[in-house]
Amino acid sequence: MREGDSIGQFRRRTGFAAWNRYAAVNSEFVPIHMDHEAGRAAGMPGAFGMGNLQVAYLHCLLRQWLEEQDRSGRVGGLSVQFRSPDTGGEVTATGEITQVGAERVEIALTVLDQEQQRLATGTATVELDH
Amino acid sequence: MESGSTFVTPDMQAAVGTRILRRVSYPVTASDIRRWAIAVYWPQPPPQRYLDEDVAPAEFNPFAWAVADQKRHPASEGVEGNDPDRTEKQIGVAGPGLKFQLNGGISEDYGVPVRSGDVITSESSLAGYTERDGRLGRMLLSTTEDVWRNQGGELVKRSRFTLIRY
Repeated sequence: MREGDSIGQFRRRTGFAAWNRYAAVNSEFVPIHMDHEAGRAAGMPGAFGMGNLQVAYLHCLLRQWLEEQDRSGRVGGLSVQFRSPDTGGEVTATGEITQVGAERVEIALTVLDQEQQRLATGTATVELDH
Repeated sequence: MESGSTFVTPDMQAAVGTRILRRVSYPVTASDIRRWAIAVYWPQPPPQRYLDEDVAPAEFNPFAWAVADQKRHPASEGVEGNDPDRTEKQIGVAGPGLKFQLNGGISEDYGVPVRSGDVITSESSLAGYTERDGRLGRMLLSTTEDVWRNQGGELVKRSRFTLIRY
């Protein structure tokens, strides 16, 4: 585990099938996520996915990485800024280690669409158990 | 909008710190945790621990669909959920009247995890305003802070949500 190391990828295909499932557990039935016309009325190309679902994918990525490292720990904090709407397609959550400490690891996060356009960027702190 | 002008009225600035909403969840169930994990990992299955154990993933929302109790600001009655001025109207202040809104980002710090059987209390308040000039013109960024505690008073999560309006 070193600075500059990739923490891998968490990849999912998004669209109404994924968004509706997430809306069902997060009670997030907002027209811009359900209807192309509502998305266009909001100035977007059409309906687009929930930012919260991208945040969930980043948590999945961090947990997956901890398991791959065979380390126990937890996400201590996470900050995400949304850059572009997820209008559907393959979405990839990725990360790179920026700082390694004895008890915590700092990670830079990115969510990309299938054109490699950044949907979201952020940072996370992972707290390691001993 | 002219350079040097602001969307933030004196009433909006004075409202910073106002509590928006207090919610109390129903007791979290193992089924809530399972369904959450299945949805966020779909179409692959979630890690088995979310199907077998009683600890929720950090991003779990115990307030979806219904809550056991909630107390809104008295001014929130009748405010439409997708109204771009909702942030202000729900605490009795006139909003800036902007047309579009976007999720600008979220920052979360976690305390103890949510477990099956927990009852979570959320208190959200208006935390502040900033403004920025971008490709969409002058944008107003409002931040709402939401603090969750469990039935023992332990901090579960402190979130700061940024709403962008333009």
